[in-house]
Amino acid sequence: MKAPRFAYARPASIAEALALLQEHGDDARVLAGGQSLVPMMNFRVAAPKVLVDINRIESLAGIKVTKSFVRIGALTRQVELERSANVAKHLPLVAAAMPHIAHPAIRNRGTFGGSCALGDPAAELPACALALGATFVVAGKKGERRVAAEDFFKGLYATALKPGELLVAAEFPPPKPGDTSAFGELARRHGDYAMVGVAAHRSRKSVRAAFFGVGDRPELLEGDTVEGVLSKVSDLDPRADLHASAAMKLHLAKVLAGRVLGELAA
Amino acid sequence: MNAPLETVEIEVTVNGERVKRSVPARLNLADFFRTELELTGTHVGCEHGVCGACTVRVDGEIVRGCLMFAVQADGCKVDTVEGLSDSREIEELQSAFVLTNALQCGFCTPGVLMAAQALLRDETNPSRERIREYLSGNYCRCTGYQAIVDAIEAVAKARAARSTR
Repeated sequence: MKAPRFAYARPASIAEALALLQEHGDDARVLAGGQSLVPMMNFRVAAPKVLVDINRIESLAGIKVTKSFVRIGALTRQVELERSANVAKHLPLVAAAMPHIAHPAIRNRGTFGGSCALGDPAAELPACALALGATFVVAGKKGERRVAAEDFFKGLYATALKPGELLVAAEFPPPKPGDTSAFGELARRHGDYAMVGVAAHRSRKSVRAAFFGVGDRPELLEGDTVEGVLSKVSDLDPRADLHASAAMKLHLAKVLAGRVLGELAA
Repeated sequence: MNAPLETVEIEVTVNGERVKRSVPARLNLADFFRTELELTGTHVGCEHGVCGACTVRVDGEIVRGCLMFAVQADGCKVDTVEGLSDSREIEELQSAFVLTNALQCGFCTPGVLMAAQALLRDETNPSRERIREYLSGNYCRCTGYQAIVDAIEAVAKARAARSTR
């Protein structure tokens, strides 16, 4: 259970990273926090020939608050999200999700962008991005492009990122007074991936609930009211996995939705 | 460093001592300590980030030694359980573990000590529930955790009492 052989590169800038990714194409993978990629390599599920380590690219890290958005750099560690006063104030949904993500030693390395770029369907941060209507900033050969969270998660470990592209950041719309959010997940042990989870946000316009662990990607249910969203939960079509049958997952999704969406009304 | 390399020269400060080595890129940090530096206190259990036996400190924060490549620690300050033991940083924890019988086979103990010290450094009086939550990423298959929580709680209380005196 050791990672297979690979060649290691440590670019100092986004431009250098993009050049490496373009040069090595499908042979290369981006190494961010490594908390999912390295286990996958140790299991030999992934065997990239080249690892492009972006950990020393400072411009990829950090949380920035402006009038038009809250921007989270792709390399921002999960522990920074957990401790950030700006996240607690402006993105309370993300703050509420943090304690559910694995364990302290994992959150010290794991990154926001790594979690989103991997696209694990049971992960917390993609669901938060979806519920909050975030926009992903992607760098490529031709410059930057922006992808709405609704269009970013394409399937099991599949995202809108194309070969040679790098996720740079996500921009979250600033919260409005009166917006509320709530987060919950069910797991057998603290820190495990969710059997079922939901990240929910209510604004004056709508209620958005992103369910995770119930399909091949986070699933967004949207409605005008909490009741409207709750009535759609039975449309979810979870697949059975090692932990639960499809029927049990749907049952858990309904129970959890009732609890979490119930908190939005307050 | 830009052209991808399979073997990389690194310089790491390990337990306060600067070491230079040429390492394969695929060598993880826990194996680096064990095989290159003969620091075998860092244990290797599951090798996929679940058990916590390989917990070490990189630039002051605990991480999984099995989920970081040694080459990534180039230029970093890294501490292992040997370093924390020699500096007496975890002396109280070690004594409390002995006193409460918080280890049997001892395989998980180095990782548990690293995690416990990180918790007690950041939080002055964690509840038992908080201690359990913080240690949820460290598996022990012998003790049932009760004695481990007892030991950490005892040290936390002792330190809190001292600081308010």
